Amino acid sequence: MSELHFLSGNEAVAQGVRLSRPRVIAAYPITPQTIVVERLSEMVESRELAAEFVHVESEHSALALVMGSAAMGVRTFTATSSQGLMYMAECLHYTSGGRFPLVMMNANRSLALPWNIYGDQSDSLALLSSGWIQVYAETAQESLDMIIQAYAVAEDVRVRTPVLVNLDGFVLTHTYEPVIVPDQDTVDAFLPPPDFPPGYPGTFDLLRPQSLAVSAGPGDYAGFKYRQHRDMVAAAEPIRDVGGRFAEIFGRGSADLIEPYRCGDAELVMITLGSIAGTVRDVIDDLRADGLRVGLLRIRYLRPFPSEDLRRLLFGPLRRAAVAAIGILEKDISFGHQGGVALEVKAALYDQAEASAPAGLPPVRNFIAGLGGQDISRGQIIAMFDDLARAAGRDGDEPARSVRFVGLEASR
Amino acid sequence: MTISLKNLSAEEYFLGHKACGGCGGSLVVRWTLKVLGERSYVVMPAGCMSAVGFIYPQMALGVNAMISPFAATGAVLSGIAAAVRAKGLRDVHVVGFAGDGGTADIGLQSLSGAFDRKERIIYICYDNEAYMNTGIQRSGATPWGARTTTSPGGFRPSSPAPKKDLVRIAAAHGVPFAATASVGYPTDFLRKVEIAGSIDGPSFLHVYAPCPTGWACESDATIRLGKSVVDTGLWPLVEWRDGAARLNRDPEAFVPLADYLAMQGRFKTLRPEEISAMERVRDGAWKSLRAWVRESSAG
Repeated sequence: MSELHFLSGNEAVAQGVRLSRPRVIAAYPITPQTIVVERLSEMVESRELAAEFVHVESEHSALALVMGSAAMGVRTFTATSSQGLMYMAECLHYTSGGRFPLVMMNANRSLALPWNIYGDQSDSLALLSSGWIQVYAETAQESLDMIIQAYAVAEDVRVRTPVLVNLDGFVLTHTYEPVIVPDQDTVDAFLPPPDFPPGYPGTFDLLRPQSLAVSAGPGDYAGFKYRQHRDMVAAAEPIRDVGGRFAEIFGRGSADLIEPYRCGDAELVMITLGSIAGTVRDVIDDLRADGLRVGLLRIRYLRPFPSEDLRRLLFGPLRRAAVAAIGILEKDISFGHQGGVALEVKAALYDQAEASAPAGLPPVRNFIAGLGGQDISRGQIIAMFDDLARAAGRDGDEPARSVRFVGLEASR
Repeated sequence: MTISLKNLSAEEYFLGHKACGGCGGSLVVRWTLKVLGERSYVVMPAGCMSAVGFIYPQMALGVNAMISPFAATGAVLSGIAAAVRAKGLRDVHVVGFAGDGGTADIGLQSLSGAFDRKERIIYICYDNEAYMNTGIQRSGATPWGARTTTSPGGFRPSSPAPKKDLVRIAAAHGVPFAATASVGYPTDFLRKVEIAGSIDGPSFLHVYAPCPTGWACESDATIRLGKSVVDTGLWPLVEWRDGAARLNRDPEAFVPLADYLAMQGRFKTLRPEEISAMERVRDGAWKSLRAWVRESSAG
């Protein structure tokens, strides 16, 4: 029987990991991820979870270690955040290139300098090209559910690509919510066994020795990298399959890589990701009550990037109104350009522009907010929608500034 | 059964690689795997042996093997060892081969972690005394006075000093077994590999492995150098086991350094008075080594 518990995001992740039965866990502490590995160590000590719990000496070693275990054909887990994710950056590209089906949790946190332990998404956005599937949870429940689904996706033999499950630091990792913790039998039936089957690609075999993590000359290298990209693009289907099957069995969640909210007839659409989506939804309900046609697209997966889903949701034939302006709200900045998510969205829109020319595209505004854990208030979100309304030409647009920093008045 | 040159396995587990003629490192890998056998899991970080052994699609290792990130040999070994425990596998060896840069410099942190956790791994450093794979740059194990491509006049950071003592670093972690060896004394080396394979915990071998390409010596000088470096006292054969250190060779007198140095172009810039100073450093190192042996055995 599933049980209702009052859990933080971090604790929900630990529960999801316990239910997924990894055989090896590598742990190195960093705020605000620490609760995850603390809870897991308790579970291993109390024998609720039969796993080797290894105290490593760095994040670089954490990811390298679970790669070694995965090469042996067993399910693993590790977790990190911020500077730790940066320190293991080499190993992110390494493990994805080696097609090791790892699952890692990242507590989204700002990057030094200046030092700051609070949440933003600069860390994972900086590693968008590392070859990992990236998913962003909104709630503690979704965090638990995504850990379980991440194993199903990563280990799918068509995918064999590691998955990074992102939770906003503190806002999600440390906030308590009622969370349904599924029972072990149902999860066991949902996931493949934690020991990969004999002959699983990219694992050692005593009878047929394998060389893994090899080198390749320029010609072969390009082929390896193309297949890595091709399989990541194709992973969208297994992701939908897993999400759909999960929803069917557990009665919640979604098969969608982007989750729409009151978007079908919205003229002003905000695109965001992670925990801030809840506040945006509340604002949308209020503005809708005032007669404004506003909506939300919550991006769940940044990799593989759901370009076609995005275009369908913004411009598809099932829409009941044309989108007049698009906002992208995100907690990161690619210095010297725009927010990382905006760059992704705009790249997808350009393909739409080619398809729909000469109709053109609605204006797009990029809101950079919440850096270093700054709260994003309802008032600020309302002001963003005001900006979008002006951009849509309702009240006369101001000179176009596509990137807007929100909350700078709090800065000295 | 004690393994010797007479009963050493005829099986080859490191074959068809692209190492240079006279490569000491490739001998270390080849001989080690003959002792440890087919149920071995090998980890090699970036470095000569991985560069010459894993060129797709021509794989040179006859056992399960993978390349690790440069800094992470100890961590990847630990990950394999953890999975060995999780799966309850018996009679397997988890062995790493890393160069001197991969061990004494960039890999020291993860090696320390593996030692500290008492992982059941065998870690073998094949020491060719510089970053050879990248083109003979100075490493944390380059001997004083040696010419490398980043110390073209000879490496002289201070007055002569001994190399970083990796075996005593390992011993300070409380590992059950740590030893030096040289490709010039294969019987001693094979015996130590066999011991390492029997240890329930981490073991560490620091093996002298000449590099004719990097040292500017003849490619048939590898074994001669491997004997000479021991006989001159520059590379003591020593082992640390269960808390006590012991000398495997304890010469009363050393062969003069000049003969050893003259075989290699990398020491060409040394002046006679510097060689004398190096001999005094060697003598001091032996004094300290003998004291370590005496004190650890007395305890």
